[in-house]
Amino acid sequence: MAKVLEGLYYAESHEYVRVEGEFGFIGITDYAQEQLGNVVYVDMPEVDDAVTAGDDFGAVESVKAASDLVAPVSGTVVEVNTALEDQPELINQDAFANWIIKVKLDDTAELDSLMDATAYAAHCEA
Amino acid sequence: MNRTYYSKLIFELSRPGRTGYSLPPCTMTGHDLNTELPDALKRQTSPRLPEVDEPTVARHYTNMSGNNFGVDNGFYPLGSCTMKYNPKLNDEMAALAAFGRLHPSQPAETAQGALEVYDGLQRMLAEVAGMSAFTLNPYAGAHGELTGLMVIRSYHRKRGDTRRTKIIVPDSAHGTNPASAAVCGLQIVEVKSKPDGTVDVDDLRPLLGDDIAGMMMTNPNTLGIFEREIPEIARLVHECGGLMYYDGANLNPMLGVCRPGDMGFDVMHINLHKTFSTPHGGGGPGAGPVGVRAGLEELLPNPQVVRQADGTLALRESDGALGQISSHLGNFAVLIRAYTYLLTVGRQHLRQVGQLSVLNANYIKESLKAYYELPIGGLCKHEFVFDGLRPEYGGAHSEADHIRTLDVAKRLLDYGFHAPTVYFPLLFHEAMMIEPTESESKETLDAFIDVMKQIAEEAKEQPDTLRTAPHATPVRRLDDVKAVKEPRFTYFDYEQP
Amino acid sequence: MTFKYLPHTDEDIRAMLDVVGAPSLDALYDEVPDTLKLTKPVSLPDAMSEEEIRRHFEELGRKNQPLVCFAGDGAYDHYSPSVVAALTSRSEFLTSYTPYQAEISQGTLQYIFEFQTMMAGLTGMDLSNASMYDGSTATAEAMMMCVAAAKKRNRVLLASTLPPRIRKVVLTYAGYHGVNVDLIPQRDGTTDREALAAMLATDDVAGVIVGQPNYYGVIEDFTGLADLCHAHKALFVVNGRASALGVLKSPGEWGADIACGDAQSLGLPLNYGGPYIGYLCTTKALVRKMPGRLVGGTTDADGRRAFVLTMQAREQHIRREKATSNICTSQGIMCLYVAIYLSLMGEKGLREVNEHSYAAAHYLHDALLATGRFEPVFDQPFLEEFCLRYKGDAAALHRYCADHGFLAGVLADGIDGGMLFAATERRTKEETDQLVGLIEKFKEGGLK
Repeated sequence: MAKVLEGLYYAESHEYVRVEGEFGFIGITDYAQEQLGNVVYVDMPEVDDAVTAGDDFGAVESVKAASDLVAPVSGTVVEVNTALEDQPELINQDAFANWIIKVKLDDTAELDSLMDATAYAAHCEA
Repeated sequence: MNRTYYSKLIFELSRPGRTGYSLPPCTMTGHDLNTELPDALKRQTSPRLPEVDEPTVARHYTNMSGNNFGVDNGFYPLGSCTMKYNPKLNDEMAALAAFGRLHPSQPAETAQGALEVYDGLQRMLAEVAGMSAFTLNPYAGAHGELTGLMVIRSYHRKRGDTRRTKIIVPDSAHGTNPASAAVCGLQIVEVKSKPDGTVDVDDLRPLLGDDIAGMMMTNPNTLGIFEREIPEIARLVHECGGLMYYDGANLNPMLGVCRPGDMGFDVMHINLHKTFSTPHGGGGPGAGPVGVRAGLEELLPNPQVVRQADGTLALRESDGALGQISSHLGNFAVLIRAYTYLLTVGRQHLRQVGQLSVLNANYIKESLKAYYELPIGGLCKHEFVFDGLRPEYGGAHSEADHIRTLDVAKRLLDYGFHAPTVYFPLLFHEAMMIEPTESESKETLDAFIDVMKQIAEEAKEQPDTLRTAPHATPVRRLDDVKAVKEPRFTYFDYEQP
Repeated sequence: MTFKYLPHTDEDIRAMLDVVGAPSLDALYDEVPDTLKLTKPVSLPDAMSEEEIRRHFEELGRKNQPLVCFAGDGAYDHYSPSVVAALTSRSEFLTSYTPYQAEISQGTLQYIFEFQTMMAGLTGMDLSNASMYDGSTATAEAMMMCVAAAKKRNRVLLASTLPPRIRKVVLTYAGYHGVNVDLIPQRDGTTDREALAAMLATDDVAGVIVGQPNYYGVIEDFTGLADLCHAHKALFVVNGRASALGVLKSPGEWGADIACGDAQSLGLPLNYGGPYIGYLCTTKALVRKMPGRLVGGTTDADGRRAFVLTMQAREQHIRREKATSNICTSQGIMCLYVAIYLSLMGEKGLREVNEHSYAAAHYLHDALLATGRFEPVFDQPFLEEFCLRYKGDAAALHRYCADHGFLAGVLADGIDGGMLFAATERRTKEETDQLVGLIEKFKEGGLK
C-alpha cells in the first residue's frame, strides 16, 4: 500500500507539492514510484526555467517506462535536486523526502485546484 | 542454435601486427596524403580498430552466429512481425553482380534492368493493395509511415488547408504511429477501442472536424481482429475532409482476399520484410513502400521512377512531390527480394498465403485457449493475443506472485522456440501476441502447442522453473537495470576504471 | 494446389479447420463484409519456377550496364573482402529480428556492440547508436536531435557545401517537423565562417551541420568552429563519409557534439543505392536525446558479460509521440558488414585504402587537367573526390563515357560545367588512363 502524506497538495498525474512559504517542493508520489518501478533517470529543468501548471517540466524514467512530469502549479525553478542526477533510486527509497524541483510559486490560488491527502488516496484507489 | 556461451568481442582477439586484408600495390604514384595533407586536417588519435587475421575473423563471427536464433533455426511466432520463411532464391537474385555493381548515380539508360524491377514491384504492390501507385524509396515500416503522413500533410497544404494538424490514432496502435505523427508535426488524437478490440465509432464521431488531417489504422488491428466497421469509419473520416492511412504491418492475412484500397484507405505503407518475405536481418534493412490512391501519385517523394513515351524508364525530380526522404531509390537489394517473392507466389498462390496464415493463427488459438486467457474470442486473422495464463495455471493477475507472461516467454526459449511479442498491445497487462505465419507446418504448430501446454502445467507444479527461466540458453536472464545505471555502450567503456 | 513455401497438405488443412470449427478456408473470413472481398484473383503474373526467375533476371541483368566507376556522390566503389559477404549471409544472423529476446540474440547484440565501438572510435565520439537508414536520414535525425536537446530553440544551420541530396532530405524532414533551416553560404568551396558567425549572433540556433569531406570533395578546416557554436549554445554536427575517418581529423577531434553520415564506404556493395547504413554518434551527455536503438553491456543471472538493447525509454514503443524519433530498428545486418570489414582492415588497412584512393584521385585529377579540357574550380585539399570544370558540354561528355563503359563522375549541382570525379583503391592505372584517353577522343559536343 502506497504512502500518502497529510498536508501536501496532490495532482491527478501523481505529482505532489509541499508548500513552504512562497516556495513549493514538487516531486512524484509514493504511488507513482511504485507504478514505475526502478527509477533510473530523472530529466530535470534548469534553475530559472519557468514551469506552467499542466505542462511538462521533465520526465522520470525506469527501464521499461518513462513518465512525463507535469507541473501541478506554475512558478520559477529556484533549485533542482541534484542528488537525483547520480542517485535516481532515491525516489524509490522515499519519494516524499526526495523532491525533484523547488519553485517560487506564481499564484498560491492554484493550490486550490489540487487534491488533499484524503482525496488523493481515493484517486489512487479508483 | 549452439547453446554454448560465446563471449569474446573482436577487440579481445586483436594482436598488434595482424591483418585480414590484401590490397594491390598502388601504381599511380606522385601523390602521398601523408606528406601533402596539412596536419591540421589529419587525425591525431587512433580509431582503435582491432587487428585480426582472416581465419580468426571467420571463426569469431561464425561462433557468434551460433548464439543467435533466426527463422531458419526454428519457430518464431513474434506477433506483428510476420516472421515467415525467407526464400533463398530471393537472396541469390539480390546478389547478382549485374545489379550489385550498379552505382546509384549512373545514367538511367544504363540501369534499365534495375528500374524495371522497381517499376514491376511497385505495380504488383499496387495491384495487391488496391492502390494506384507506390514509391519504394522508404527504408522501413516507420519510414514508410512518416512518408505516408507527409503525403497526407502535403495533400492538405496543396489545397491551401493549413488547419488540419491532428491525426486520429486508435488507443491500441503501435507506438510508432504516434511517434511518426509527431516527427511529421501532427498532434495525436486517440480514439477508444470497444471491448471487442475494434474502434469505437461512437467515440470517433465527436473527434472529427476541420482540424483532422486523417486517421491511421491497421486492419486487421493489433489484436488480429478485422475492423468490420471500416467502411463506415472511412466514410466518416472522408466526410470531414480527412484521409485514411493504412499501416500495412498486418497485411499478410488479407492477401488475395481483401485490399486496403477497397476498404477505403487513401495512403498506406507495406513492410516488405513482413508480408513479402525479405529477411529481417536482426533489425534491418527492411523496406516500407508507400502507396496512394489515384489523384495522390504526384505527391510521392523524389526521386520518382517514371515510364517515358518511348517505353524506357527514367528518374524524375518533381516539384509537386512532398520532398525527398532517402538518398536514392530505397533499399534496392531488399526490393529485388520482394520482387522475386511476388513472381514466385504469382497469381496462383497469393490467396493461399493469406488464408493459411489465418488458419495457423486460429489453430493455435483454439488449441490453447483452455490454458491461456483469451480476452477476445471469435475468428482472428493472422495473429491473436492471450492475456497471460489462465488463473488455474497460476496466471491470476490479482495475486502478487502470479506467473507472468515474461516467465512463459523466457521458458519457451528453453524449448527451442522464439517467444511471442510480449506486453503489447498495451490494452492487456499480460499481453502475449502470437503470429505463426503460413510457412509453419502443422507438426511445428503441434509441437509449439504441446510445449505451451507443458509450460502451463509447469506454472502450476513448479513455478520457480519459469521464474528463473531460461535455463538452456547461451546466457540467462539479463540485468536491464544495470545496463542503464552502469552504462557501457562501447568496448572502451570496459577499459575505464 | 501445393506450393513450395507452404507445408500444408489437404489433410492438414482439413484437420486444422476441424479444430477451428470452420467449414472451409473461405469461412475464416466470415466477419469480413462481402462488399470488401475480392471476387477474382489479384492480377499478378503467373507463378514462376526458380529456373524461370533466374532466366528473367538474366534478361533484366542484360539491360543493366555496370560501368567502370569514377563517381562518388555519396556512394563509393571500395574493395570488400570475400569474408564479408560470406559471413553476413549466415541465416542465423539474416533471418532473425530485432533482438527482443536477448538470451537467444547475443550474436546480433554482440556485433552491434562491436559496430558501436568501431564507429565511436572512428568518429572520436563517446558512443554510437545501432545505426540509421542512410547518411541523409541520419543527418535529418541529427537536425531533430539538435532541436530536442536545445528545448527552446527551433533553428538549425546547414552548410550549403553539404551534398544536395542530404540537404533535400534534411529540408523535407524540417518542413514537416516545423524546424527552421537556413543555409550557410560558401566561399571557395568551403563553409563561410564569417557568415556563420553572423548567423549565430542571434542566439537562437540549436545546431550547425557541416560536411567533411563536403559535396565537392573538399576537406574543410573546422578549427575554432566548435567553440564558435558552443559560445552561442548551439550544437556542432559533423557529417561525413565514414571511410575518410581513417585519415581525416575526426568529428571528436574537431569538438563535435554529433557525428553522422553514411558508412556505405566501409565495405558495402553499391547495390544501386541501398541498403547502405547511416551512423549517428554523440557524447554521453546527449545519449538520452539520441534517436535509434542502442546496445549496452550488462551481466546475466550468472554474472557473465552479455548485451541488451538499452536506454529504451527514449524510443517510440515506450515514449510514443514523445519519443526522440519514430525509428524502430537499426540497419541490422549492415552493421555486421561494417564490423567485419573494419575487423579485417584495421587501422592500417583503412589508412592504406585512403592512401591509394588519394593517390588514384590525384593522378586522375592531374591527368584530366593535362588534357587541357578541364580547369580547376576550387583550390582546396581533397581526398578521393574532386570537382573540375569541363570546358565543353559536360553532359555530352558524361553520356559519351557511359556509352563506352565508364561512369565519368557526376555532373556537379550548381556549377556550370562542373564534374565531380572520384577514384578509389579499386581503380587501376590502366582504367584511369583509358578514361582519360576516352575523354581526349571525345569530339561531339566539343569544346566551347
